[in-house]
Amino acid sequence: MSKFTGDKKREMPELNTSSLPDLIFSVLFFFMMVTSMREVELKVQFQTPAGTEIERLEKKSLVSHIYIGTPVKKLRSQYGPGTRIQLNDKYAEVDAIRDYVAQERESMAERDKPFMKISMKIDKDTQMGIVTDVKQALRKAWALNIVYSSKRAAK
Amino acid sequence: MSKGNRKVPGLNSSSTADISFILLIFFLVTTSMDTDMGLTRRLPEWDPNAQEEELKIKERNVMVVVINTDNEVLCRGELVQVSELKDIAKEFIANPENKDNLPIKEEYEIPGYGMVQTTTRHVISLQTDRSTGYEIYFQVQNELSKAYNELRDEWLYAQFHKHWSDYNPDDDHLVFAKGMYPSKISEAEPRQYGAANIKYATE
Repeated sequence: MSKFTGDKKREMPELNTSSLPDLIFSVLFFFMMVTSMREVELKVQFQTPAGTEIERLEKKSLVSHIYIGTPVKKLRSQYGPGTRIQLNDKYAEVDAIRDYVAQERESMAERDKPFMKISMKIDKDTQMGIVTDVKQALRKAWALNIVYSSKRAAK
Repeated sequence: MSKGNRKVPGLNSSSTADISFILLIFFLVTTSMDTDMGLTRRLPEWDPNAQEEELKIKERNVMVVVINTDNEVLCRGELVQVSELKDIAKEFIANPENKDNLPIKEEYEIPGYGMVQTTTRHVISLQTDRSTGYEIYFQVQNELSKAYNELRDEWLYAQFHKHWSDYNPDDDHLVFAKGMYPSKISEAEPRQYGAANIKYATE
């Protein structure tokens, strides 16, 4: 019987890879669902402080960001090393926060508006003066839920 | 040439996997996985008329925490380390021994739970200078949050023998614990202590 004699050279059956693209596509779609595109180009650099009691922000659609830090290297020669506030994708003054909040609120669904949150990404080395100014501006703009954005501290 | 059933040559699809890999890598690079985390706070409402009005709060009910220009923390007039602040705050918030200089305890009804004795009127007032660093401010906020969280956890364990972290996030017991120790950190109005004015560049 040829089954035992092995007179024919047997070949390893080729692995069917036709479903590999589908597999990778589903991974791709998974990543597309769970991640969000970077919305703004950061023009300030910051290192948020690390805390232990921090909470995760669940709904991304409710959160607007304010960035406070020093200009990135590329822009430093132009704008200097002073602390800056970034709203959307440009530098702004404290006065502009009111409009920014109004605009962000406008783009939200009606039922989400009361739950609007402002996430403040502030550099460690910022002085509290600016932070306080921003907070006062937020109060005036009636955006009262704020988040001091931070990293989780290693225990 | 034989005119038979000629086979349509199969499309070579072995590179589709590579194409989708490239797409996958593109998305991995351009998207950010980092979910935002942080300390949540609620700012007091803005009332333009009541700007100068000082709320009348008894001294025993207030814990003033000042962070000065040199990033030193003063709690009720005494210089403390950030790491000590949690225990001071815990004692202040709970007032377990009913001390005279700590907040007064009152009967208070937690909706759905019942009457409790708790310090309903305590306020932690956090004051900073304009040139205080944000890092230390954040750490103090973190310690104060930790004080509240530990108290709530201890209370939950005493009442229901279950820790905060073992609960579902929407459990009623957590609401009770928050009602027992409601977070009362006052983000004080800015004050000028005569420190150097901050300058930030104008465009």
